[in-house]
Amino acid sequence: MINFGFSISRPRVIDIDRNNLNKSKEIIAEMPELQACIGCGSCTATCTAGNLTEYNFRKVHTLVRRGEYQGAYEELNKCMLCGKCRLVCPRGINTRGVIMLIKRKLGDF
Amino acid sequence: MKHIIIIGGGVAGMQCASELAQQGVRVTILEKEADTGGKVKNWHKLFPTFTPASDVLSGLRHKIAKADNITIKTGCEATQVTPNSVRLASGEELSCDAVVIATGYTLFDARIKEEYGYGIYDNVITAADLEEMFNKNDVRLADGRVPRRIAILHCVGSRDEKVCQRHCSKVCCVTGVKQAIELKQLFPSADVFNFYMDIRMFGPGYEEMYREAQQKYNVHFVRGRISEVSPTIDNRLQIKAEDTLTGRPLKIGVDMLVLLIGMRANDMNTTLETDSGLQRQASGFMQPKDAFLGNAESNVEGIFYAGAITAPKNVAEALCDGATAALRVSDWLRNK
Amino acid sequence: MKRSSWTDYQKDIADDHYYYARSCIRQNFFPGSEKVFLDILGKKLGRDIFDDPLHTSCTGIGYHSDVVPLETIMTVVARQFALMSEAGYENFTSSCITSFGIYTELLATWEEFPETEEKTRENLYKATGREFKKPKNLAHTSDVIFHHREEIAQKAVRKLVNYHTGEPLKVVEHIGCHYAKIFPKSGIGGSEFPYVLAGMVESWGGELVDYPERRHCCGFGFRNYLVQANRGYSIANSHKKLESMAPYKPDFIVCNCPGCSMFLDKWQYTIAEMEGITYGAGGTGIPVLTYEEMAGLVLGYDPWELGMQMHQVDVEPLLDKMGIEYNPSAKYLGRNGKYIGRPERAIVNSCSEDTIYKRRF
Repeated sequence: MINFGFSISRPRVIDIDRNNLNKSKEIIAEMPELQACIGCGSCTATCTAGNLTEYNFRKVHTLVRRGEYQGAYEELNKCMLCGKCRLVCPRGINTRGVIMLIKRKLGDF
Repeated sequence: MKHIIIIGGGVAGMQCASELAQQGVRVTILEKEADTGGKVKNWHKLFPTFTPASDVLSGLRHKIAKADNITIKTGCEATQVTPNSVRLASGEELSCDAVVIATGYTLFDARIKEEYGYGIYDNVITAADLEEMFNKNDVRLADGRVPRRIAILHCVGSRDEKVCQRHCSKVCCVTGVKQAIELKQLFPSADVFNFYMDIRMFGPGYEEMYREAQQKYNVHFVRGRISEVSPTIDNRLQIKAEDTLTGRPLKIGVDMLVLLIGMRANDMNTTLETDSGLQRQASGFMQPKDAFLGNAESNVEGIFYAGAITAPKNVAEALCDGATAALRVSDWLRNK
Repeated sequence: MKRSSWTDYQKDIADDHYYYARSCIRQNFFPGSEKVFLDILGKKLGRDIFDDPLHTSCTGIGYHSDVVPLETIMTVVARQFALMSEAGYENFTSSCITSFGIYTELLATWEEFPETEEKTRENLYKATGREFKKPKNLAHTSDVIFHHREEIAQKAVRKLVNYHTGEPLKVVEHIGCHYAKIFPKSGIGGSEFPYVLAGMVESWGGELVDYPERRHCCGFGFRNYLVQANRGYSIANSHKKLESMAPYKPDFIVCNCPGCSMFLDKWQYTIAEMEGITYGAGGTGIPVLTYEEMAGLVLGYDPWELGMQMHQVDVEPLLDKMGIEYNPSAKYLGRNGKYIGRPERAIVNSCSEDTIYKRRF
């Protein structure tokens, strides 16, 4: 193999056909309310961890629903479970429950 | 007896006719197609209550049939309009005391958005095509198979200056949600993805229906406009969009793509502007005399508007408009 | 596939008397293509075409790499037009997609902003004493071949079919971004369902492959590939296209644009050497042809006369498939039989037996 001084960039695309959606389907089946998210960002706006780190709950759970699990567990570890996001969610999603559920489902991922 | 001509036998025109008839004026409906009912006659069920479209039409037709002072002339296209006369394509000229224009809108031709491949790929259909499939109870792929994954694309021919349609067609969002639910009811194990830019749930019960689609029917909503549709080797469709809520491009293969085509202004509106002196808006829809207190009147005395001639509207609004126009016409006749 | 929409995108293509502008990249990487284009037009079709030694690069590479300013490129383009006028021609045909894109764009700019045209006239006059007329007709050279495709089909000695099975060859086409993405109306078939190369393929008996990443850019992008550190995402675009087309088992790729031909050909070598992946049948690459080479093969030109020995991916498997006779020992003999040297063995041509590599098919 020749070293040309660069490597082929990997696609950033979310490829729904290639992603394994089984975990995502399990998560949605257990907490269908997660699908009711309208992406308003209230949870992230008020998030203790999100104001100090790159942690973005809205983005993490959206990616998980699309079958992008890589790094989700580690990201969710940043959550302090303070519960403010659940207070502000206009769709009444049990956000803390979602975090615990995703961590449980993806624990071994 | 005063004689009013209503151009257009859709729901707005029919409602207007029956209200006017009750006030004792003679009404003629000019319908260019072979039958009344306008766009609604091709629709299956109406949001957000899933009322069969035919129920609304039969209700209106019943009211019209009861009145003996309404004449319906089908296959008649109006070409020139003044407050006291309407000329038909046949050359015939009808005289009247006032005119209500209720010619509605034109469905956007999805072929213009080439990148979606409507008319090229078999399983790219429009919302209107899907309603027709619902009506025939025959929703399936071109080769007869059942779709396993369906995408519904919002804003096709709306909010898009590339196709000279900058306005919002208003009803497509809720139609997309309604059709997603109907598809899930037909094919519970299928995945349905709605690709939207904004979800505009403006009417009563709409937001609730949206939530039901998400939570009860597990319809997936991806915020991002599809940029390209291509064929795949297994005769499916590959769709590219951005999942804007995660900030990453997204690619998905689907069996069927439903395009929520918008409402555009009728070509005839330009003739109304040049020949009848009526004002048009930038969107091409007609300009009512006043947005608040004169929304059934035109800028020309004796010419009135009802329904989607002035802007994209839903069926309930068009019906309401029909009644309002009837009131305005009788007020005007009384005070003339 | 129901594809009638290309007929909505028609443009006028002059039938005769062309002023020819060459391409920088093609003269270096596919030198036979321009030569055979002139030969086909002049000798086979009996058309008048002028190959002017006075014209220069359009400076498009410099322009797209941010080293040539807009005013400069406008003046250079104006000089090409002046040369055309001086030579007594009105129909301009350019061999390069980037040049074609630039000519189209500048003519539109002058139309929209007449003051820029005035300024350009002034600059050209000051610099060279020349004055120019805008071409009556501007076409890319593939448009010209497209225009004459049926006449070429009549003179063809063979079709784009598998000599052994009689099946049409499966062809992937790539038109290049600057052909129709800047102004869809300036390209035959527009940008979504381009027909300029597809029309040639169909007229000459081949079968077009419509694959998912057909419209995707090859990744050339000038300033991006010029910098070594950026080449990773440049090559990733060709990689994406190759991955997407490979399942269709295309017999060859035909390109419209000099940069795309070079990229889709040479990146196959690079990908094979980096990752050991090849995309063609039998563990080799997919041959990449220019449309002139495709026309040349159909018209019975000798592959080495067409310059096909300059390709990174060997074309012999395709020649064999088409039943074309060629002299293997003459491959690396240039003009007057002089040996021009030969490339080292490469994975993409499945030559190195001690290398473990993956075949996509």
